[in-house]
Amino acid sequence: MNTDMKRRVFLKGSLAAGTVGVAVSAGLLAPQAVMAAWPKAEFEAKKMGDLGAASGDINVKAPDIAENGAVVPVTVSHSMNADSVAIYASANGTPLVAQFMGPGAQSEVSTRIKMGKTGDVIAVVKSGGKMHHAKKSVKVTIGGCGG
Amino acid sequence: MAKKSIKVRAKEKGGVVTVKALMNHPMETGLRKNKKTGKMFPAHFINEVTATIGGANAIHAYWSGGISKNPYLAFDAPGKKGDELTLSWTDNQGNSESATTKVK
Repeated sequence: MNTDMKRRVFLKGSLAAGTVGVAVSAGLLAPQAVMAAWPKAEFEAKKMGDLGAASGDINVKAPDIAENGAVVPVTVSHSMNADSVAIYASANGTPLVAQFMGPGAQSEVSTRIKMGKTGDVIAVVKSGGKMHHAKKSVKVTIGGCGG
Repeated sequence: MAKKSIKVRAKEKGGVVTVKALMNHPMETGLRKNKKTGKMFPAHFINEVTATIGGANAIHAYWSGGISKNPYLAFDAPGKKGDELTLSWTDNQGNSESATTKVK
């Protein structure tokens, strides 16, 4: 009985260690393997990429007036079969803010972005090799970049 | 490694999992000046975020320093109750962090 108990404890311990190991490798190795793919040129570009045609199937939700340009909540929703969704802040020095891919980018994505000054928040959805966009103008009363 | 800096929640409704996450990160663009020293704060921002639900890729995002400090991310992805959600980020200085939660 006593040895049996010990065996149980041992098994439990090794199982727990196993899951931690899996979590660590999933968390650390996966992003680094693809990190080299971070599109540096696109993010450092001073101009926006191909915006494509305006589309009514994309909805950009952002405030009309942002009191604090450092935190502008943005929600992009669309009804297309998207390969990727990109968010641009037209007045920023480097307009591309974020790119989303995968099933999570299919319907709705929300985040908070910085805006240097008043400008448009533009969502570009790439679908079937074509670009579609929608924009929303946001008035910024206090800048978010620099200080 | 810093202490756990990701808060993440996932809720399933009708086959769609809504994930909401908050990460702790300074998100420095590299363009801001330290007024005391006159030097620029070095760029330090999350440039990649990935999430998996039940082992399947849920979202993969590239970010710039244009995302606000302590970033918030919400998205919808397919999944079911009880699935394991893992969200992880990597920043431009090579740090990374991940968090796991169960879909409710």
